[in-house]
Order: sequence, then structure tokens, then C-alpha cells
Amino acid sequence: MYNPTVARLTYRAVLGRRRAAILFILPALLLLIATSVRIFVGPDDQIAADLLGGFAIAAMVPLIGVIAGTGAIAPEIDDGSIVYLLAKPVKRSTIIFTKLIVAIAVTMAFSAIPTLIAGFILNGNGQQVAIAYTVAALVASIAYSALFLLLGTVSRHAVVIGLIYALVWEALFGSLVPGARTLSVQQWSLALAEKIATEGLIGSDVGLPLAVSLLLGVTVVATWYAGQKLRVLKLAGEE
Amino acid sequence: MSTQKAQHPQAPAATRIHNIGYRNYDGPRLGRAYERRALFSQSLRGAYGLGRSAKSKVLPMILFAVMCLPAAIMVAVAVATKSGKLPVEYTAYAIMTQPIIGLFLASQAPQSVSRDLRFKTMSLYFSRPIERSDYALAKYGAMASALFILTAAPLVVLYVGSLLAEMDFTDQTKGFAQGMVSVTVLSVLFGGIGLVLAALTPRRGFGVAAVIATLTISYAAVSLIQEIARANDSEGVIQWFGLFSPASLIDGFQTAFLGASSAFPGGAGPDVGVGVVYLLAVSGLIVGSYAVLMLRYRKVGL
Repeated sequence: MYNPTVARLTYRAVLGRRRAAILFILPALLLLIATSVRIFVGPDDQIAADLLGGFAIAAMVPLIGVIAGTGAIAPEIDDGSIVYLLAKPVKRSTIIFTKLIVAIAVTMAFSAIPTLIAGFILNGNGQQVAIAYTVAALVASIAYSALFLLLGTVSRHAVVIGLIYALVWEALFGSLVPGARTLSVQQWSLALAEKIATEGLIGSDVGLPLAVSLLLGVTVVATWYAGQKLRVLKLAGEE
Repeated sequence: MSTQKAQHPQAPAATRIHNIGYRNYDGPRLGRAYERRALFSQSLRGAYGLGRSAKSKVLPMILFAVMCLPAAIMVAVAVATKSGKLPVEYTAYAIMTQPIIGLFLASQAPQSVSRDLRFKTMSLYFSRPIERSDYALAKYGAMASALFILTAAPLVVLYVGSLLAEMDFTDQTKGFAQGMVSVTVLSVLFGGIGLVLAALTPRRGFGVAAVIATLTISYAAVSLIQEIARANDSEGVIQWFGLFSPASLIDGFQTAFLGASSAFPGGAGPDVGVGVVYLLAVSGLIVGSYAVLMLRYRKVGL
């Protein structure tokens, strides 16, 4: 199921050259904000929860998920070099699974670890806020990676569609239409965070059992369907 | 050739190039200005998918419609309720709809410049008599114009609607003019930032992500910090944090000079004195992005 060579190539595609820069900038910004807030305001559990929820979970994790998830496969399909990989005797589902593992690892490394550090900087994990949001970031990383990897195999405009989902659906619609929150990876992961942190600090609109089953379901179905798409992949020319 | 010459000493005198009747081009040479205009209109049309495949028209047209729809609804509501004024100010509209502007810029700036780099068409452009300043100016102008069309269209809808509803003419015209100035500055600023980020990568996907990250993440971070500053009663610093994201720059600029009410927490926008700093920052960024574009195209390849 896991092919180390494919993994090595994918790591290089995602983290190579300038692409890694954007992945470093976001966590650096989070840590910078967290440090300055701690210096000027001091430890405050509510501010820590707002900052981690509003910036780390709502903006940083989806964005890194989009970059890592689509970056693991979309550029290869885009420039046609995926045929060299597909011509090798490696199962398509193995390719997808390996790329998913890499995307998850990158997303977790660049979103969950900074979230944990920022949480400790902000209030020293008071009321379990840092741990709660780190767990949320870890879980969200898995679901986002699977979702955006699927998008990468389905459409040439994977990044744009992924961003529209992350920004318009989760952020804009989520704040206006309550029903949209049920179908949001962010809320599912927050359901877990809600259970870990002290009551009242973190809120989620989805119950825990539903959230966990939706997270699992989306991840498994998206990975399976991405494998199917790769089996019947047609390389189209440039538009 | 030299060996042939040695074998046949008389040969060069006997050969000549036959004129087989091809005509030279003696029509008008349209020159640099024409090429600059052609590149400009090509890029501007391309930003809305005109002259490209049907699939690439979908996204810009949807975003354009989504941008204008709220304006039309607002006009309809204002007319139906006979409120006598529009529910939003002209200057507030672009700040409200900035995710859409961001998505438009993120999807269209890379298609404007990244593909030229990736398919190595740059060398073809520069085999013509255009200079790199022509290329940079045409692309920059086209992106800014595309954004201007996107942001000005809903204002026109609001303005026409307000006049049809017989609202106060001078009030509406003044607000409309202020809104137009604001979206012009916004288009030039955003266009420059988007093109610079897109020109740095030949991969379309990464260009898209970089533009979105710069626009929305910086605005989210700035808003969050401003909220925290407000909660801690240090309202004096709110206006200074506004300098750190493009959208809040525009917000502060129009609050200081165009009589807009700020979207900063507590409405604590900058006054004219601090506004000068905003103006300097905006013009610095515009000039800076043109300079970076020029620097970027000093070498045609990567």
C-alpha cells in the first residue's frame, strides 16, 4: 500500500524550491502573532481560544491542506509527467494512498505543530486549549488532505475550487447559513476539540458521533474515489 | 566553404543569388505602441475568459455575477421599502465583497503571466520590438482594468438604481465618485500584488494559493489583532495595524480621504494625519510591484 519511491518524489514535489516558502510563512505568522499577543496582552484563555480558532483552524489549516493536498498530485497531472509514474508497475490505489500519506504528513507538520507551539506560547495550555486545537488540526489535516487530493485528480482548477470551499463555504456561508456548518471539515474537527477543552471555550455545531463518522466517511470515500479517478485518468491537452 | 573555394578558385565569381520574385513587406509597421495595446486588450479579455475556451469563462463570469448580485438586491430592497438611501455606502461595498475580489485575482493573475513563463512564450514576445517595460505595463494595466471592471460594475448598479429610485442626486453622486476613486486605487494595488506573486512561479496552482494567502490571511490576521487590541482598550494602535494587509490599507485610505466609515473594529479608522502614511504605503506598494515586475522580467526564463 505504501511505496517509498513515490513518497520520496511527492515530498520533493510538495516541498521543493520556492513552494515550501508559502508553507513556512503561514506558521511563522501564527507564531509571530501569538508571541506578540502574549507579550502585549499576557496569558488569556479566551483570547488564546479565539486566536487559535479564528486564525489557525479557520484559515491556516485549510490553506496548508489545499497547498499540500493538491500539490501532491495536481502539478504532475497538469504537466503530464504523471504518465511516467502510471507506466510503472505500481497499483493506482497505492499511488493515491502514498500521496495521501505524504500530504497528511506535510499538512500535519506545518499546521498542527505550529498550533501546539502557539497554544503553549499564548497561555501555556491553560484549560487544555492548545491540546484541543492541536487535535482538531491533526484530524482536519487528514480530512482536508484526502478531500483536496481527490480534487486534484478530478479538476484542473483544483486549487481554486479548494480555496472556494475553504474560504467561501466554510468561512462565509458557515457564518451566515447554520446548515452549511454541518457540512464543514472545520466544524467536525472542532467537535473533537470541544470535548477536550474546558466547557464553554470552544463551540461546535456538530455532535461528536456524527462528526467522527463524517470525518472517517469523507476520508475513506475521497481516497477510494481518487484511486478510481486515477485508474481511468485521461490526459487532456492544455485548454 | 573554404575547402570548396580552394578546389574551384573561379566559383565565387560565377555564383549569384537569384531574385525569384518574393516581395518585401512594405505595408505599415504598427510599432511598439500598437503591440502594447494588443497585449493589453488580449490580457484584459483573457481575464474574463473571452477568446479562451468555454470552460475558462465559467469562473470569472460567475464571480462577476456574484459581485453584482448583492448590489441589485440592495437596490431592489431600497426601492421596495422606500428608505430613501442605500443600505451600504459605495466605499464599503468593495471591502464587504473582498473574498470575491481575492478569488478573481487569484484565479486570473496566474493565467495572465504564469502560462507565458511555463510555455516559454516570453522569448516570442521579446523577439518583437517591445521592451520589458511594455510587457510589464500592458499586463499590469490589463489586470488592474479587469479588477476595476469587476469592482466598479456593482457601484454603477447601485448608482443607477439610486437615481431611478429618485434618491438625493448630489449625495449619491458624491458617494459614487468617492467609491470610484476607492475602487480605482484598490484595483491598481491588488492587481500589482497579484501579478508579482503570480509572476514568481510558473506553476498556476501555487500562484493561486500565494495570491489568496497574501490577501485573505493578512486581512484575517490584521482583523484578529485589531479585535484583540480593542478588547484590551488600546484603541490607539488599531489604526497602525491596518497598514499590514492590502484590504485594510484601502479601508484606512478611504476612511482618511474619502469620507468612508471604517470597517476596523469600533470604526477606529485613521484620521488625515495617519492617512498620509496609508497613502504613502499604498503608493509605495504600487510602485514597488511595478519595480519587482520589471526586475522579474530582466531575465526571460526562470
